[in-house]
Amino acid sequence: MPKIKMPRSSPSLDMTPMVDLAFLLVTFFMLTSKFRAQEPVVVDPPSSSSQILLPENVMLITIDTAGRVFFDLTGKDIRRNMLQNVATKYKVTFTEQQYQRFAVMGTFGMPVVELPAYINADEKKRTLIDKTATGIPIDSLNNQLSDWVQEGYNAAERDNMAKFPDGKAPKDKRVRYAIKADGMTNYTKVKKVIDIFRERQIFQFNLITNLKGAGPAKG
Amino acid sequence: MADVSTGDDGGGKKGKKRPKKGTTRIDMTPMVDLAFLLLTFFILATTLSKPKTMEIVYPKDVKDPDEKMKLNFLLANTIILGEKDNQVFYYPGKFKLDTTQLEHVDLSKDGLRKLLLDKNKNINEAVLKLEEQLKNHQLADSTFKRLRSKTKGDDNAPFFIVKTMNKTKYKTVIDVIDELNICNINKYAVVDIADAEKIALKREIKE
Repeated sequence: MPKIKMPRSSPSLDMTPMVDLAFLLVTFFMLTSKFRAQEPVVVDPPSSSSQILLPENVMLITIDTAGRVFFDLTGKDIRRNMLQNVATKYKVTFTEQQYQRFAVMGTFGMPVVELPAYINADEKKRTLIDKTATGIPIDSLNNQLSDWVQEGYNAAERDNMAKFPDGKAPKDKRVRYAIKADGMTNYTKVKKVIDIFRERQIFQFNLITNLKGAGPAKG
Repeated sequence: MADVSTGDDGGGKKGKKRPKKGTTRIDMTPMVDLAFLLLTFFILATTLSKPKTMEIVYPKDVKDPDEKMKLNFLLANTIILGEKDNQVFYYPGKFKLDTTQLEHVDLSKDGLRKLLLDKNKNINEAVLKLEEQLKNHQLADSTFKRLRSKTKGDDNAPFFIVKTMNKTKYKTVIDVIDELNICNINKYAVVDIADAEKIALKREIKE
């Protein structure tokens, strides 16, 4: 009878199932994920019991506690198109490279004049600029937000016209308007932004809120 | 360490070399490391849940004062939001400086919600009935939605005017709108406060 030998080599674990699982998860996250866009300001929206999800194709206005206004719109071509029109209006010139960078950029909040410098800056510098940025001007004398809204809307509509030449873009492809404001922001600031939209004949908004665990009303 | 195990490593007895037997094992540790690194990265870098939103429709600007007067004040209710957190006041009907008494309500379940449910009793009951029917599969989903919005938009439904001060916090406004939504009230508008109401509010806060 042979002796029972203890294995001399170090114990090796069969890691195959673990690796399988790990890669499965990696694949899952890679495919389902959408990268969190760099947000220039931290905004803590108030909570509500609303369950409606934020729609796609959204024009997002962020308002922080100090009342600074930031603008964001999704869609590469749309952004580019929008910037071109705004640039002509304010007589600010952008280089081709700047257009390309702007197309993939996220939220921004500054007067158009300061935009080229912001586009050129790298990530670190941008965070610095964001801290001191004044937000998009919304005074009645210098209402740049109104122009961004208008040009953004126009660009999105043109984009839809190109994709659906019969002019029948499905409802969920049309641009929606979302407002994300901090709970501690004065409502007057929010109202000012909403009034700008109303002047542009836009009346329906999505106000971004956190979900709070509140049950439905019982009579 | 888990390395490529070739079976026998320190043997070499009698100088006989046997052909290697058994499956070759590859050291997977670096691969696992990498896999988990990527996993961690993707978990941290992604936003799985989309943010929730609240849909709201603002009224068109009405320039004509005659049109503004068409409100039926029997159904009107006004909620005034003060500048501090818990300053929520309520009065029914039309505002009269001498007689209107502001009622202080809080944002708790027994405060504003109770009041709203009370005011909106009929509509709320109708909506609950519809929800019941939907639960028992007596109604199709689309029919339910249509009927619900029809019920909520009933001509005799009470409507609420939310008035805000200059320094009212956004959070308070959202809280109140949320309460209105919870209580199935569809008719509401957020407007600025009138001067007379400001006076009444000041009086109320001082007391």
